Amino acid sequence: MDTIEIIETSGDFAKQVEKLSHANLNRCWHCLACSGGCPFAEDMDFLPNVIIRMIQFGLKEKVLKSSTIWLCVGCNTCSMECPNAVDMAAIMDSLRQMAILEHYLIAEPGILSFHNSVINSIFRHGRTHKLEIMMKYKIAEKDLFSDFNLGLKMLAKKKLDLLPSKVKDKKGIKSLFNLSGGIS
Amino acid sequence: MTLKDLSYFPGCSLATTAKENNASLKSFLAHFDITVSEIDDWNCCGSSSTHSVNKKLALSLAARNLFLAPPDKPLLIACPGCYLRLSHAKMELNDSKEKAKEYEDHFKKPFHKDIQLLHFFELLVKMNGKGLLKGLGGRLKGLKIAPYYGCMLARPPKMNKQKNHYGLIEKTMAALGGDPVQWPFLSTCCGTFLSVSKPGISEKLVNRIMQGAIKSGAECIVTACAMCHLNLEIRCRPENRLPVFHFSEVLSLALEKNASKNWFKRHLINPEPLMEKRQLILCRAPIKGE
Ligand code: SF4
Ligand code: SF4
Repeated sequence: MDTIEIIETSGDFAKQVEKLSHANLNRCWHCLACSGGCPFAEDMDFLPNVIIRMIQFGLKEKVLKSSTIWLCVGCNTCSMECPNAVDMAAIMDSLRQMAILEHYLIAEPGILSFHNSVINSIFRHGRTHKLEIMMKYKIAEKDLFSDFNLGLKMLAKKKLDLLPSKVKDKKGIKSLFNLSGGIS
Repeated sequence: MTLKDLSYFPGCSLATTAKENNASLKSFLAHFDITVSEIDDWNCCGSSSTHSVNKKLALSLAARNLFLAPPDKPLLIACPGCYLRLSHAKMELNDSKEKAKEYEDHFKKPFHKDIQLLHFFELLVKMNGKGLLKGLGGRLKGLKIAPYYGCMLARPPKMNKQKNHYGLIEKTMAALGGDPVQWPFLSTCCGTFLSVSKPGISEKLVNRIMQGAIKSGAECIVTACAMCHLNLEIRCRPENRLPVFHFSEVLSLALEKNASKNWFKRHLINPEPLMEKRQLILCRAPIKGE
């Protein structure tokens, strides 16, 4: 594993993360069980437990610019392995939200753009419309051709509906977005 | 608790891409005179995307469904992902008076803190407890099944006291005559949304899972989550293809003429040759909309 140099630290980063995630970072004894169990660990730039260590060292920028926080899908597999009940998925949720709100460079913009397409779809229909999400995502990513054949196959099998399944009370859905802050 | 009259949250996947999951679940329950009524005007539970980037919105979307559901009936939730999101929201509202009050003011209704959320697995356990599944054994005879739970058995530490029904697919399948295999990938996450935004990662994972099932001698995989079902089917390379059934489809197939042929036509990996081999092809005529 590469050595991580500590150049700049942010003293209250750990506190900030704990406040947002309600997770207790000091419980972690770096046994690596979480990282061993995470199905996405091999594609992450830092292992999940290393992220915790980096937070403790105040390496805010490195953490918030990492790919790990975006590749984490929140599957909670790590929580099942953790002997100390550290809520890793909640920590990752908080880190993503911090990265967005504080305008850090997003290491995996495609993943954020996908989340935003889903949230957009919920905003418009109250439910997710897969065809629209895929199209909008592909257009945003300027990647119209990968999965084109798959899309056709799914249409033929009626797996992708042309029209969305919708909520009637559109105003009710909009009011939830007003209450909660909209799309990042 | 009476099981006959449940309110029902299908969720976006079952309402669209996985209609066969929805139809088979209802068809199976109808056999036991269990009727489910959809919550009027339900909305998306929030899905992984919302809680990934906006926790407050995730709570708001899930909360709307909790406030819409009739308080006096158990709410059956078909999708394990939706179940997790709605029960997480219920826990948050129960844990914080201020949050509950904020949403009571917003929806202009009281929050029913005891509203019963019923996972499909929980319902099966209860049905079995009432002896409903007795005497159904046989039709799945010899069918070698790799039970696949994906991440549905995992949850955040705050919820780790809840039952997780590990082994329920195996137990049920064995009771119906099937032959569940042992294999290492039963609770490996399917990659969820990375299937769209990082297809390479998803493909690697899915093919590892599919190969694992093939090596274990399984003839098919049974999933309990519509998202897993879709990901296994769309990201599987041709050489690793193995039919993937929704749990509800196999339950329905275990009953005489309960399944509809049309469900299986919607699969991207054709399960019909296997169904023929195992004499499971005898289905009823499809009803409208299937
Ligand atoms: S499993 Fe828990 S205690 Fe072990 S390294 Fe991961 S977070 Fe820390
Ligand atoms: S919740 Fe995130 S870190 Fe934990 S196992 Fe799942 S993807 Fe990995």
